[in-house]
Amino acid sequence: MSSRRRRTRKQRVLITGIGGNLGRAVARRLHRTYEVVGIDRRTVRHMPKDVDVEQVDIRRRSVEDVFRRKDIDAVVHLNIMHDPRTRQEEHHRFNIVGTQKIFGLCAEHRVPKVIVLSSADVYGPDPRNDQFLTEEAALMGGQNFEAIRDLIALDMFCNTFFWRHPEIETVILRPVHIVGRVNNAPSKYLRLEKPPTIMGFDPMIQLIHVEDVVTAIERALTPGIRGVYNVAGPSPVPLSFVLDQLGRSPRPLPEPLLKLMLETAWTLKLSDWPVPELDHIKYVCMVDDSLAREKLGFDHAHDLPEILRDVEKGPRPW
Amino acid sequence: MLERVRDRIDDALISTIREDVWERIRNMEAGQNEYGYDPFGFNPEFLKYMVPVAVTLYRHYFRVETHDIESIPDRGRVLLISNHTGQIPLDAMMIATSVLIDKTPPRMARSMVERWVPSIPFISKIFARAGQVVGTRENARMLLDREGCILAFPEGARGINKTYDRAYELEKFGLGFMRLALETNTPIVPIGVVGAEEQMPAIYDVKPLAKLLGMPAFPITPTWPLLGPLGAMPLPVKYRLYFGEPMLFEGDSDDEDRVVGAKVEQVRHAIRSLVQRGLDERQGVFF
Repeated sequence: MSSRRRRTRKQRVLITGIGGNLGRAVARRLHRTYEVVGIDRRTVRHMPKDVDVEQVDIRRRSVEDVFRRKDIDAVVHLNIMHDPRTRQEEHHRFNIVGTQKIFGLCAEHRVPKVIVLSSADVYGPDPRNDQFLTEEAALMGGQNFEAIRDLIALDMFCNTFFWRHPEIETVILRPVHIVGRVNNAPSKYLRLEKPPTIMGFDPMIQLIHVEDVVTAIERALTPGIRGVYNVAGPSPVPLSFVLDQLGRSPRPLPEPLLKLMLETAWTLKLSDWPVPELDHIKYVCMVDDSLAREKLGFDHAHDLPEILRDVEKGPRPW
Repeated sequence: MLERVRDRIDDALISTIREDVWERIRNMEAGQNEYGYDPFGFNPEFLKYMVPVAVTLYRHYFRVETHDIESIPDRGRVLLISNHTGQIPLDAMMIATSVLIDKTPPRMARSMVERWVPSIPFISKIFARAGQVVGTRENARMLLDREGCILAFPEGARGINKTYDRAYELEKFGLGFMRLALETNTPIVPIGVVGAEEQMPAIYDVKPLAKLLGMPAFPITPTWPLLGPLGAMPLPVKYRLYFGEPMLFEGDSDDEDRVVGAKVEQVRHAIRSLVQRGLDERQGVFF
């Protein structure tokens, strides 16, 4: 490896997709210890002053300038689109091509560390699942849910990259449902006053606070850490228990009826819930996070009551 | 309002459970988290919905008699391996009830259920809360690592669905339980269940109809479907449970089927002699 100029300057971390809720949380945590550089194709607001943000699509050539201009010590790749309404091709192209581009640049510019945020959803909810899936479990999430296929392809691409570039420490994090003061699907579901549930089903679920995901990313930046890690928060509880703690009044509906309603609502653009995601409130999709706790030294700081309190507060207003 | 009614029902249910039994359930160590759920979704409190029925069946309907129940170790991992008979898996319920209420200290027997069980509405939820676990190898290993007690029927559907002409014959055993026992160094307690075979003596299994309905079997018994739903009631036979000495095996869990199969055969033999003992000792099917 090239000569180490550490200690003389702060380590420089590039965050892709810095404009998202998670990107912002990561930037806010890291900017005191690291020099943070960010890219996003959206306009980015409410960023700490010392964070240097460039507005650019990760698929464009000009992204290379960021790498050329500065020595990057680590890349945190969060620029992964999860918008069910975007056309499948566009979704796929943005996620896969974008990731390929970033990883290619990392290899070319000898960035020593790449962290990518996948998701435990890649395993997919299924009645035949082990109660806790390890990192070796097959990525079956796509069998019923097309929109997750690009995330699986992306996860696999990163795995290949991990083997092909042993000189780069690649870390793939697969967190469970991220909730808290964010605006993603699981948080939105938990914020519904009368959340629909599937009659007769009440799977165990795992939640993790968004700040704990940031902690996992922070831990993954430690030199020497590489590989795939499942990340989970406090011990699992039934879905009904979570809804009960939040004081919700769930509406249990028979599955065929709920499916029909969701399909109609989707077609009429009344809801953005993809129908196959119903499996998440039907079957288990939980992970064994012992590897992260052992190797990564990860420990969740937010227990269930705290997580639920933050879900209640709604997304941050920035 | 609704909640008050539910609380009332809960209290009424609890009051039907004998105090010492309820006390046993409440103080059970099952590795629950601070909210009362174990990682598999088991909630001992939920047993209040099951125990009144189970105990009534156990004490008054099937009048279960246990022999050598002390063979089950008081603590630590253990596999309960039993023959599987009687068309509907009440034998599992009776064995689980026996180790819960007739054994001191009580143990919670977790049984491994088929992988399609979590896809059935209500059943999926009820089974999980009552401590049943989807039968994957990883799940079993995790339960044993937590020093649990697993109840398994290596004959599976082959055993429970057989017709009465083959009553008390043991079907082919699966090898999975033995590999698991070898890997986790778990003692095996063989169990012979006598009586269950007569609860629903199947004359004929209509396989095409079973296939059509997506069921493992469609048995015809003297009363079912002749008497309609009433005919599906199991007969009030007397259950006899024989528990054998714990068996500990040593060896490589990844050995060839032949080697593991020989060990399985020893367990099968132990169960066969327990069943034979029961058949020899009993005076009648109903008493």
